Amino acid sequence: MQSITNTATRYGWAMIVFHWLIGVIFIGQFVLGVVMVRTTSQRTSFELIQLHKSFGFLLLGLIVLRIAWRLGNAAPPLPRSVGTLERRAAPLAHFALYAFQLALPLSGWALVSVSTLEIPSMPFNLFVMPNLPLAESDAAEGFWTSAHWYLAYAGIALVALHIAAALRHHFLLRDSVLKRMITPSSGGE
Amino acid sequence: MNARILGLAAFAACLVMPVYAAVALSDAAGSYTISPSGSSIRFTIGKAGGGGFDGAFGRFKGTIRIDNGDVSRSKVDLTIYPESVGTGQGRIDQFLRSDAVFDAANNPEIQFRSTSVTRTGDTTALVTGRLTARGKTFPEKFTAELGGLKGGTIKFHVTGKVLRSRYGMDVGTPLYSNVVDFDMTLMGRRG
Repeated sequence: MQSITNTATRYGWAMIVFHWLIGVIFIGQFVLGVVMVRTTSQRTSFELIQLHKSFGFLLLGLIVLRIAWRLGNAAPPLPRSVGTLERRAAPLAHFALYAFQLALPLSGWALVSVSTLEIPSMPFNLFVMPNLPLAESDAAEGFWTSAHWYLAYAGIALVALHIAAALRHHFLLRDSVLKRMITPSSGGE
Repeated sequence: MNARILGLAAFAACLVMPVYAAVALSDAAGSYTISPSGSSIRFTIGKAGGGGFDGAFGRFKGTIRIDNGDVSRSKVDLTIYPESVGTGQGRIDQFLRSDAVFDAANNPEIQFRSTSVTRTGDTTALVTGRLTARGKTFPEKFTAELGGLKGGTIKFHVTGKVLRSRYGMDVGTPLYSNVVDFDMTLMGRRG
């Protein structure tokens, strides 16, 4: 029986599920975001934006749960073979990844809240999500549009770095860093 | 004696009332051209979570013909140019004109042709007709109330609800209501 919580050397199921679920939605949201603003059909564009908002709110909910879970479950330490530089850089990169996961949906929420289009948010047509208490204006909409855009590109660059590092561990260093994020039966030294 | 006079006066008043209405109708009979200057076609669509958004059509034309003696034979024709839609928010106007909603480039006119007019009160009538938008035609009903008649002009306040999904304009439901509430003031000039 595999543990749902992390152990001294292994990730539990909860962290693994959070990792891949959020990872897939995060990358999917980037692709959807790029496509929706380039779509020429106004109707399709509108519908894709509403879908992007739905997944954004889902992502925000998941990341809040993930951070709460992470605060109560320390990540297993890196294998002993990992060098000093990476040992120092990895926690910073992971902290930044968490910061982006939180900042992206929040900046998107701010954007729809201040937009002078006043389009309501209704995640998956299930309920009305209230706006953040921010004053709407064209200037504020412009600011949050830019902020969301820069955060998205910086965030996806960090994700690319994260994926490259994982592949390096798996194929070049041949350690357990990627494997232990796939199944709790992998890990240890 | 005084009581008898009062009673007679009341009886006379009862007789005169319907006669007055009939006279008003024959006075109103005739053909009118809808004048954009004294008219407006406004609409409201409710939004999820409360509120709604309002818009208006700036350009339209039409005629009102009121039959002498038989209101039911009266006729209303109205043509709206969706290109002229205005909500006060340019990006929304552009969206409404696009193929997401009106597709004004390919469907430059929205038409209403009345098929029957039923009088529902002294100054009110139910107007049934066929509404055509984006190549689709459905029967619709509007309530018209006579607002004024003077010097060759006639004014009606017209209200009605239209389901936009039937005309291929369902984009944004259920975020935005499927029901479009129309509120029009139609001012016609005789001739």
